[in-house]
Amino acid sequence: MNTSLEPSLVEFKSVRFGYGERIVLDDVSFQIPRGKVTALMGASGGGKTTVLRLIGGQYVAQSGECLWQSKEISSFTPRQMYEARREMGMLYQFGALFTDLSVFDNVAFPLREHTPLSEALIKDIVLMKLQSVGLRGAKDLMPSEISGGMARRVALARAIALDPQLVMYDEPFAGLDPISLGTAARLIRQLNDNLGLTSVIVSHDLDETFHIADQVIILANGRIVAQGTPQDVRQSTDPLVHQFVTASPEGPVQFHYPSVALEEDFGASFKLKAPSKTDPSSRSKAHA
Amino acid sequence: MQTLFHQLAHLGAWIKNLFKDVGYASSLFLKLLLSIRTSFKRSALIRDQIHFLGNYSLAIISVSGLFVGFVLGLQGYYTLQRYGSSSALGLLVALSLVRELGPVVSALLFAGRAGTSLTAEIGLMKAGEQLSAMDMMAVDPIQRILAPRFWAGVIAMPILAAVFSAVGILGGWVVGVVMIGVDSGSFWGQMQGGVDVWKDVGNGVLKSFVFGVTVTFVALYQGYEAQATPEGVSRATTRTVVMASLSVLGLDFMLTALMFNI
Repeated sequence: MNTSLEPSLVEFKSVRFGYGERIVLDDVSFQIPRGKVTALMGASGGGKTTVLRLIGGQYVAQSGECLWQSKEISSFTPRQMYEARREMGMLYQFGALFTDLSVFDNVAFPLREHTPLSEALIKDIVLMKLQSVGLRGAKDLMPSEISGGMARRVALARAIALDPQLVMYDEPFAGLDPISLGTAARLIRQLNDNLGLTSVIVSHDLDETFHIADQVIILANGRIVAQGTPQDVRQSTDPLVHQFVTASPEGPVQFHYPSVALEEDFGASFKLKAPSKTDPSSRSKAHA
Repeated sequence: MQTLFHQLAHLGAWIKNLFKDVGYASSLFLKLLLSIRTSFKRSALIRDQIHFLGNYSLAIISVSGLFVGFVLGLQGYYTLQRYGSSSALGLLVALSLVRELGPVVSALLFAGRAGTSLTAEIGLMKAGEQLSAMDMMAVDPIQRILAPRFWAGVIAMPILAAVFSAVGILGGWVVGVVMIGVDSGSFWGQMQGGVDVWKDVGNGVLKSFVFGVTVTFVALYQGYEAQATPEGVSRATTRTVVMASLSVLGLDFMLTALMFNI
């Protein structure tokens, strides 16, 4: 997948991870090439956000290797882990802004914590970052005074404050109106190209994500079922991928969470039967 | 037989979890204690929290201290005058407040006023993924969020206890001297002569310091370990009040036995 000679920024080799007995990722291997936008897609609960947590070192794989710049993440000491995280930015689904700090102070937070820069310089950097997400005018507002879409843009400005190599987006388009959604997608692509970032997007929005991604990885049932350019994935004949791309309820990914037989819950006489329009008994009940 | 094994397995799991929780709490407590140097290097963070935890608790502490002082004045006078010792009212009020009621009642009020707000704040930060976001920004939430609050609570608690005792003594004076007519000179004179600075006041301050450590740590631990849901934060807040209050009362008994050699 990675055509350049430079090693991938992130690489997973046969990674397995689960919560208790529930296996979320099983034998997952992929690479995230530098400078590209990689989209992680798949059904809810498919382990996409878990992948971001594994990259960030917040979870540790049960087996396999998670590599950051060719180094095993689980072998990092806490100090090494924090050094690696300074080169990562993470955008949470709802922004995760610090509610007691203004928009300006939220973006300034990582700069004040990690750099010895003067307040004058920090002010310039923060305003530039806010300008890049179109919110320089909102610098004095509190998180409670801005919309969800704006909060995510502020969080994006905060995520890129330290000029990271990798930015991870957890559901950046969820709950956005069409205008904000298009703006957010364009912004992710622009920032990736203009700042020379590497981006990983976890998203369910097919159109916008396929539009801006260079590489798409589709996860289902704990495994990668498709991997390639958006065009490759769209043309895939795999039934799982086809179901996902066409958003069909019918297919290998089941709507129902695994459960015991219906008879066991509702009694032996239970039979699943759709009411018929010509059924006189149902009509009489409806009129009763 | 199978039921017995089942119960044994449950007991084993409970003991295992208990050790795990105690171990985790101890490690968090140690981290907070070791954070003293880095925390005081950024004293502005502690100062802000002292303002939030201490200043905002002043009203409830002062009003409660005043009423406790009133009651002590009335009850003390009622008992002492039966033995013709009403002149010792000042001493009784001062010793009761400085040795016991000041540290204990202010710690209970501190748990209700500041402890709950600490737990809810940390729990909601966790639920809103703010702590996780901070961790991903390579900023340790324990150092940045928990430690300044811990040291602020430890500093604020003895000051609040002192305020409680001072206002309580004034309350006792108002009831005893101004309203009932106990001699003002003997009220203050007996107090001055009978209260030992180190044995009474010093031990009272030491108690309130221990209570400050206890209440603040319980509040922070409960918030940090809260389930990241509305119910989880609500349960953690309740646990803070219950556990902090019981710890304060239990520790008070032990400290009193140790300090005053009864």
